[in-house]
Amino acid sequence: MLITERQRMVQDIESWAGQFGNDRSSLMPILQNVQKKYSRISEFSMQAIADRLEIHPVEVYGVVSFYSFLKDEVHGKFVIRLCQTITCDMAGKDRVAKQLENDLGVSFGETTTDGMFTLEYANCLGMCDQGPAMLVNDQVFTCVTPEKVHDIIQGCRQSLTAFAGLRKES
Amino acid sequence: MQNSTYGNLTFSTVKPGEALAKAKNMKPVDIIAAMSDSGMKGRGGAGFPTSIKWNLAAAAKGDEKFVVCNADEGEPGTFKDRVILTDYPELVFEGMTIAAMAIGAKVGIVYLRGEYAYLTKQLEDLLAKCREENLLGKNVLGKQGFDFDIEIRMGSGAYVCGEETALIESLEGQRGEPRNRPPFPVDTGFMGRPTIVNNVETLAWASCIIAKGPEWFNAIGTEKSKGPKLFSISGDCEKPGVYELPMGITIAELLAEVGGANAKAVQIGGASGQCVPKTQFDRQIAFEDIATGGSVIVFGPERDMLTVAHNFMEFFVEESCGQCTPCREGNAKLLEGVNMLREGKCSMSYLKELCALGETMQLASKCGLGQSSPNAFLSIVSNFEQEMMGRTN
Repeated sequence: MLITERQRMVQDIESWAGQFGNDRSSLMPILQNVQKKYSRISEFSMQAIADRLEIHPVEVYGVVSFYSFLKDEVHGKFVIRLCQTITCDMAGKDRVAKQLENDLGVSFGETTTDGMFTLEYANCLGMCDQGPAMLVNDQVFTCVTPEKVHDIIQGCRQSLTAFAGLRKES
Repeated sequence: MQNSTYGNLTFSTVKPGEALAKAKNMKPVDIIAAMSDSGMKGRGGAGFPTSIKWNLAAAAKGDEKFVVCNADEGEPGTFKDRVILTDYPELVFEGMTIAAMAIGAKVGIVYLRGEYAYLTKQLEDLLAKCREENLLGKNVLGKQGFDFDIEIRMGSGAYVCGEETALIESLEGQRGEPRNRPPFPVDTGFMGRPTIVNNVETLAWASCIIAKGPEWFNAIGTEKSKGPKLFSISGDCEKPGVYELPMGITIAELLAEVGGANAKAVQIGGASGQCVPKTQFDRQIAFEDIATGGSVIVFGPERDMLTVAHNFMEFFVEESCGQCTPCREGNAKLLEGVNMLREGKCSMSYLKELCALGETMQLASKCGLGQSSPNAFLSIVSNFEQEMMGRTN
């Protein structure tokens, strides 16, 4: 029998809720898991979570909109977050920012048309002794220079094609 | 990524398991007495005595109690907790277990900031290993009736969640908006139960205090600020990284250590701390003089201090949770004022008004974020007035 993505999502939410304690305190990990697996937290998923935890969907939306790492809108497969806080700023983050915009062809806050990259600023990443720093999804890059930007972006693209190749083979 | 630590950290001299093996045979009152004798104050920056926190939670009545490790290290310029969690995580978990013994908790939670998600795998693996070795789980190390386990919960990119009541709100599945205090978490914390929230470094030191004895800790530092402290050094210096230095060290001594002797100012305590000019480098880093969670950002002779103030104000405008008016509106006004200064369009009387607004925010904001958010602006404006006025660029 075919399972639609929506049914699968409801099943996932059910199992995550069980795993994290079945009450409202499981909301953050459920949201983080939904985002990890389904790339974003859609309105449908918010409704499904609200039903499962017996709270109003607005409560779920209130939480999603509060945290900068939780996203309800569509974004790229790779979210690049460049640290904009003081020491990374002093270490030359402006030039890195400019090169990121040049190489990706988008401004901060935007997603590339191929849906691969979203470019954002983040506040202090805790890499102040090795700035400028940036996160690509969960991976951290330090001492980033403008000329390294291209390689990092290429690395992302290649990791995706390698992954697609693996799936084809198996 | 590489961890740059300078000198030998005390953490490297304490063997994993050493503290817990000792604590196992201690009564809760003796564990708390050891914390009290050490004189340790919280390493997150607020400087509340650890023994008092633990004692209040131990005395509080509740069917369940919780130990929370605050690993939401978001203060600009701070990265020592990242280094501790990478190199010495077992000391943190042991510290949590010792705290649990002291207050009678069965559940520990590490609230790890979303930015450090790459540490999760390593920490989860270590937790699994601890369970195998009975350092966690039922009857820990054969101590009958003492069950304790730790789980990791992730933050999602909100600086304010480093404030302990906002952190608890976040754990409960709410927006990270700070609560009114009192009641304090030690009696009404996670799920309304008695909860202690301790910084990563505090918990690691707690293990060291049990392993090496409170006298060792108490012998270091000043009258009111005991023990060694980890410092996160960044900015215009030759050797940025993590240093272990005694509390009470002067700024000049610290700068000599890190190769930043020609600095014109240092920011102590991150964005919420204060900017100290060269003329005051003889001051001590200690709770009785300049308190800090360990963030030291060095500014070289060429730095434009107004640009620094601008960066800090942008930070607070973004990170204010928006709940209370002084912080939400005040920070936006201060940022607007910094922009006016940058354009050379701010009169002296308006600058004085902005400073008065900053003082109001310190008094009227609901939580530590709002109360401390004008500190950087106020200290930069008062110490570098000559850089602020009549700008033409």
